[in-house]
Amino acid sequence: MRDNNNSPINQKINIKKITNLPGFSSFTSALMAIVLGLIFGFFVMLAAAPANAVAGFRYVLMGGLGRIGDVFYFATPILMTGLAVGFAFKMGLFNIGASGQYTMGMFFALYVGFMWDLPGAMQWIAAIIAGMVGGMLWGLIPGIFKALMNVNEVITSIMFNYIGMYLVDMLIQGNSVMYISTKTRTNYLPSTVQIPSLGIPGSNVNLGIIFAIIFGVILYIVLQKTTFGYELKATGFNKYAAEYAGMKGKTNIIITMAIAGGLAGLGGAFAILAPSAIAGSSMTYEPVNIIAANGFNGIAVALLGSAHPIGTIFSALFISYIQRGGTLASLVGYKPEIIDIVIAVIIYFSAFAMIMNHAAASFVKKRLGKVDKAADTFALQEDDPNNSEKGAE
Amino acid sequence: MENYIIEMLNITKEFPGIVANDDITLRLKKGEIHALLGENGAGKSTLMSVLFGLYQPEKGEIRMNGQPVKINNPNDANALGIGMVHQHFKLVEIFTVLENIILGVEPNKMGFLQKQEARDKVVALSEKYGLKVDPDSLIEDITVGMQQRVEILKMLYRDNEILIFDEPTAVLTPQEIKELLQIMKGFAAEGKSILFITHKLNEIMEVADRCSVLRKGKYIGTVEVQETTKEELSRMMVGRDISFSVDKEDRNPGDVVLSVRDVTVASKTHKNNSVKGVSFDVRAGEIVCLAGIDGNGQTEFVHALTGLEKLVSGSISLCGKDITKASIRERSTSGMSHIPEDRHKHGLVLDYSLEENLVLQRYWQPQFQNKGFIKFDEMRKYAEKLIEKFDIRSGQGPVTPARSMSGGNQQKAIIAREIDKDHELLVAVQPTRGLDVGAIEYIHKQLIERRDAGKAVLLVSLELEEVMNVSDRILVMYEGEIVGELDPKSTTVQELGLYMSGAKRDTPKEIKNAG
Repeated sequence: MRDNNNSPINQKINIKKITNLPGFSSFTSALMAIVLGLIFGFFVMLAAAPANAVAGFRYVLMGGLGRIGDVFYFATPILMTGLAVGFAFKMGLFNIGASGQYTMGMFFALYVGFMWDLPGAMQWIAAIIAGMVGGMLWGLIPGIFKALMNVNEVITSIMFNYIGMYLVDMLIQGNSVMYISTKTRTNYLPSTVQIPSLGIPGSNVNLGIIFAIIFGVILYIVLQKTTFGYELKATGFNKYAAEYAGMKGKTNIIITMAIAGGLAGLGGAFAILAPSAIAGSSMTYEPVNIIAANGFNGIAVALLGSAHPIGTIFSALFISYIQRGGTLASLVGYKPEIIDIVIAVIIYFSAFAMIMNHAAASFVKKRLGKVDKAADTFALQEDDPNNSEKGAE
Repeated sequence: MENYIIEMLNITKEFPGIVANDDITLRLKKGEIHALLGENGAGKSTLMSVLFGLYQPEKGEIRMNGQPVKINNPNDANALGIGMVHQHFKLVEIFTVLENIILGVEPNKMGFLQKQEARDKVVALSEKYGLKVDPDSLIEDITVGMQQRVEILKMLYRDNEILIFDEPTAVLTPQEIKELLQIMKGFAAEGKSILFITHKLNEIMEVADRCSVLRKGKYIGTVEVQETTKEELSRMMVGRDISFSVDKEDRNPGDVVLSVRDVTVASKTHKNNSVKGVSFDVRAGEIVCLAGIDGNGQTEFVHALTGLEKLVSGSISLCGKDITKASIRERSTSGMSHIPEDRHKHGLVLDYSLEENLVLQRYWQPQFQNKGFIKFDEMRKYAEKLIEKFDIRSGQGPVTPARSMSGGNQQKAIIAREIDKDHELLVAVQPTRGLDVGAIEYIHKQLIERRDAGKAVLLVSLELEEVMNVSDRILVMYEGEIVGELDPKSTTVQELGLYMSGAKRDTPKEIKNAG
């Protein structure tokens, strides 16, 4: 008996280390959400058109593989808005205004792109920075309201989505350099303002995704390694204790909202400054009074990534991946809305999974824990490593 | 066979990673007051929750009058005549006393409430047992003592025969405690059976017939109270000898460290000020205790003192420096340490690890950060030092989540943090609340050590024993004012109680003379 136990026990210790990691339950919950969402999505497809469900579902699952460039390209803006929502969330602020910040960032970037004349690469770099400033401004204002007058940031930032969107639409329509009224869209940006492409054929993927991932990593470092991150998380966990410890809650709220806004603004800049595969054209913006969906997608991305910057990188890539696959499902007759439903379900389940994650994680732990006492039931523990390895894939 | 009304036999209740009740047997005789004694985390609450139907035990059975019974939820418990006064009252604040008492068992005809019927029964009960309450007052308007009477009436209204009291005296004045103990004796004389959960050995000695002791989830034994002593009970509870008298030598206080003048603080809940013109000094090397019943302005005063709330008027100076308008951080760096009243709300970030909590007041100092980056190795070293020095026990050392630590060790962590930080004044607000005798002894030692090290200590306490034993000087606060200054050596608990309940007060002139 003893001899038999040796190797599983060693394995068990390793698994235990993993299950005890703080990120483990977030990871399992995201995974569970995805799996349940996909299963549900399959049933939706089955209900919509039973004959094509398998083929369509294969596209959803695998379709993104053939379009990796696009996966990264479309992940860029939602990664930035995801970071914007997640970062504020770490401080206990619900930044629902990522859309407005995104739109403002896009406008500032466009403005610099059209109206300024800088040499070479300076132009697009300045436009990106302008985008960040625009978003910051739109995050800063709700932050100031929250800090100084205790106005709920959810309300102000929702309002600022509309204010930002109408303001931008008005400003663009009133500017004859930027706007072509006959086509109800903005003019093509000169190629010097476009962010350099990464050169993957058939895709617009550009340096933006690299910057976005770098921002994710920087945020991770800020949150985990700096005193500012320490204060920010302390405030998010327990604002009373943060106040008791003499942290400057109000200043931190304003800084956090400004940073969050800046991130969303960068998302807007990355989206509008992306290079076009067709020579002589560019991304355009249509001022048609619609709130930017990428802002709200950011909430979903942040939620699926548990507001963790690194988790957000992966969840943005995943959502982009599944969206690419979803558009391909239209080849077998599915409406692209189906894939929106599947994504919505994944997000929905991720909220559930927050509750279920404890069940899942403690289930694994419990089974391992029981083995501690009853050494002869090691058959169980051999199951467990397998299970969690499967899960990890 | 003896006449046991309730028998809990070989109860085992496990939670993940911990056996909260390990083979515990508790037998309650009809008409007795049975005390249940144990440290925090000893398993008293779990055992009572099992009896009340909130948890299902893994092993063991419950018998009533010798018959096995199954208690799946509190409704089952209620149907068997088991009632409980929880430590934190379960009352609807904006309902009247009567409405709270009948809540859940409202007498009705065709769905229409029959209040008169209920009122008659409540009035009859309150007269019979001397539980004075006004059935039409709102809960939020009556004192804590009265709220407790409402809880007791709730049990009586439901004709409960087995009454569980979970630390009922923690919130009461000495006079109220005396009344409550009398009432409990009355119930017992009438044949009701009482389970009395408490930390306070004096109360057990006074009213209980028998006492069962739990330690770390295990059953230690049951003793006849008449045949035992406080010392023996505490030894059973803690597993070692505990000294009850606090050893401290007389010291001559030094210079004034804290000076408070005419401090007035607004109330958050009502229009009156909750602190009205409070003035006093605390000197180096003395422990001044701010005594009073909960809710008489102590909390608001401490918040104003420590910077969590603004003053309406008045001034505060620390070591000669005016800190009336200083920020919390400035007060902290000027030499104020603060052990807060609510360790979960203010004292700890429960989702942070122990080490992160230990640097909560000094993470910004050069020792722990370089250009904004936290020095994690320094933090770890510092945490290990404090853990060793203050004997903070936890599952995983510095990386233990604060949430998973026991209340006593959480409090030790806060005390370690506040004492190790440079300070001239230590403000300790109810530092021993909810802790067991072992931890209390430890904390009292720490406070006295601070005093002996020449620091000024302002202790805010509701516990009379603590007030009398630890302090050098007592200031009694009543309705936001200081109504008396007493010397613990020459005063009595009874006199202190009179001041605390507002029955006696000195004029401001007398207080000044006494000081």
